[in-house]
Amino acid sequence: MSRIVVSDIVKDWGGTRAVDRIGFVAEAGRLLVLLGPSGCGKSTTLRLIAGLEEATAGRIEIGGRDVTRLPPAERRIAMVFQSYALFPHLSVAENIVFGLRVRRVDAAERARRLKRVAELVGLAGLLERKPAQLSGGQRQRVALGRAIIAEAPVCLMDEPLSNLDAQLRHEMRSEIRALQRRIGMTMIYVTHDQTEAMTMADHVILMREGRIEQQGTPEDLYTRPASAFAARFLGTPPMNLIALDSVRPHLPPVASEGALLLGVRPERVTLVASGVPALVEAVEYLGADTVIQCRIADQPFAARVPGHAPVGVGDRVALAWDAAEQHLFRKDGGARVESAPPERTGKRPAANAR
Amino acid sequence: MKSFRPAIHGWLLLLPAAAFLALFTHYPAVATFWHSFFSTPKGNRPARFVGLMQYETMLDDPIFWIALGNNLVFAAATIPLSIVLAIVMALWVNEKIAGRGLLRLAYFTPTMLPMIAVANIWLFFYTPDYGLLDQIRGLFGLPAWNWLGSRDTALMCLIVVTVWKEAGFFMIFYLAALQQIPPDLGEAASIEGAGRWYFFRRVTFPLLMPTTLFVLINAVINAFRLVDHVVVMTRGGPDNTTSLLLFYIYEVGFKFWDIGYAASLTMVLLAVLGLVACLQFFYLDRRIHYQ
Repeated sequence: MSRIVVSDIVKDWGGTRAVDRIGFVAEAGRLLVLLGPSGCGKSTTLRLIAGLEEATAGRIEIGGRDVTRLPPAERRIAMVFQSYALFPHLSVAENIVFGLRVRRVDAAERARRLKRVAELVGLAGLLERKPAQLSGGQRQRVALGRAIIAEAPVCLMDEPLSNLDAQLRHEMRSEIRALQRRIGMTMIYVTHDQTEAMTMADHVILMREGRIEQQGTPEDLYTRPASAFAARFLGTPPMNLIALDSVRPHLPPVASEGALLLGVRPERVTLVASGVPALVEAVEYLGADTVIQCRIADQPFAARVPGHAPVGVGDRVALAWDAAEQHLFRKDGGARVESAPPERTGKRPAANAR
Repeated sequence: MKSFRPAIHGWLLLLPAAAFLALFTHYPAVATFWHSFFSTPKGNRPARFVGLMQYETMLDDPIFWIALGNNLVFAAATIPLSIVLAIVMALWVNEKIAGRGLLRLAYFTPTMLPMIAVANIWLFFYTPDYGLLDQIRGLFGLPAWNWLGSRDTALMCLIVVTVWKEAGFFMIFYLAALQQIPPDLGEAASIEGAGRWYFFRRVTFPLLMPTTLFVLINAVINAFRLVDHVVVMTRGGPDNTTSLLLFYIYEVGFKFWDIGYAASLTMVLLAVLGLVACLQFFYLDRRIHYQ
């Protein structure tokens, strides 16, 4: 019912184009993440949907209604800001019911909703405090409470967790997700943190320089990155990308035209007796696994192997990976090149299998 | 011994400023208080202790009451007017508009001008027949009016000049305070559907309160210590309608040379200002949110 449809929106700032003909659909009741590095236009896109900025061109629909030229208040949305945007002189309770007072909701109804929301976001004992007397996590909850008390079908979040420490961020991540599911609102969530995108999203839109680089489920993006950029953006450590030609002699034949990059996820790489030769540069033992930073033909290459790896800095090791785990990208522009998993026999594979 | 050294250091550093403050502010204040209980020395008659006689004289002095009344009217008009105007101007020049820098400068210009220059400019505006105001009146066929020479308009004319001069000065403080308010508060409110007036009433104005208190104290002090404009523009006339407290003190002290009476009048002025300052600090301060 409150599906959000964004079609071909453009936002120009003076001479520069911040958002360049972006279109996507946020399904009702789902959580959509706009992901990307800073300056990619994700926050601008969110602000366009909120109505805080006016689109240069394009169309935005919320719940089947064209809201492109409507002011924010008429779009039936709630929003959580990166800074929380709490009113410093008002108590927690007054901050939360601010919007209800604006809309002249009567006192009894206000109190009833406030009580419910305060319990939902865990602020019941803190309603008389001022924002300055709260911790970062509690302020975040106030902002959340203010967003959900309006019972707007759509909630927009602009990097809501970036001011919290790692532990709290982890907690709030699952809390926000649970809340979104329970209330069933449509949420668009902006972040530059790929972990937030992977763990929370139903649908991820990866943006770069004002355009959509790739969109799909977190799994889609992770297992089939559409470009070298997408491959590097998701995953820790990110996907290894090396010149195909530098390892070609050690691999089964790969069909290719032009200069290509070979991509392999570090966790798909294994240490073997004979394979692609590599020089160990650093070893990071993380407990559950070990990240071995190597060099292959002078290009960085990481391997993430389970448990403790018996290698030291300066060792020469041999690495291998399943041919099905390798991705090919054009060196020029980074676009994905489809290739069938080559067979051991060395037969030329057919293009565009899979 | 060692622990005394930073303290001695500190006192020595403060000493020059403290000495001058004591010499030109604290000693005169105490001396004035002391003199207000003595008669004015004249010729071969030295000052003698008269107790509260000067204050009793004051109670029977019609000019004192007129000056006090004028000053209250003057304060009651200039303070709210200049504050409201300052807020409105600050809100306006805080917006993203073309020529914002020029507009800010224009609003601040009256503050930079010397008091006497301001008074002279306005003296020209108010001049009967060929002054700016009368020339405009002339366009509509209205007769000339002696703005400063008329009992009905003289005080109002002074009020206008003062508001004109003070509003720009106060605007600077409001502008600084407005720029401290994060813009996302406005955005959050606009998403909740708050209109501009609602947002101003519930968010901007409360957040400006610390500035308002500061400006209010300044405005009150300015309202009671104004003398330059009166001297240049009206000299208290016509018929004492523009005589303000400080101007009356000046006249009594330096024209009539009644030092003792001037001292007691000064004490009344100080008491009024002290009272107002206390009220503002102890009453308003508690109701203000400081960030």
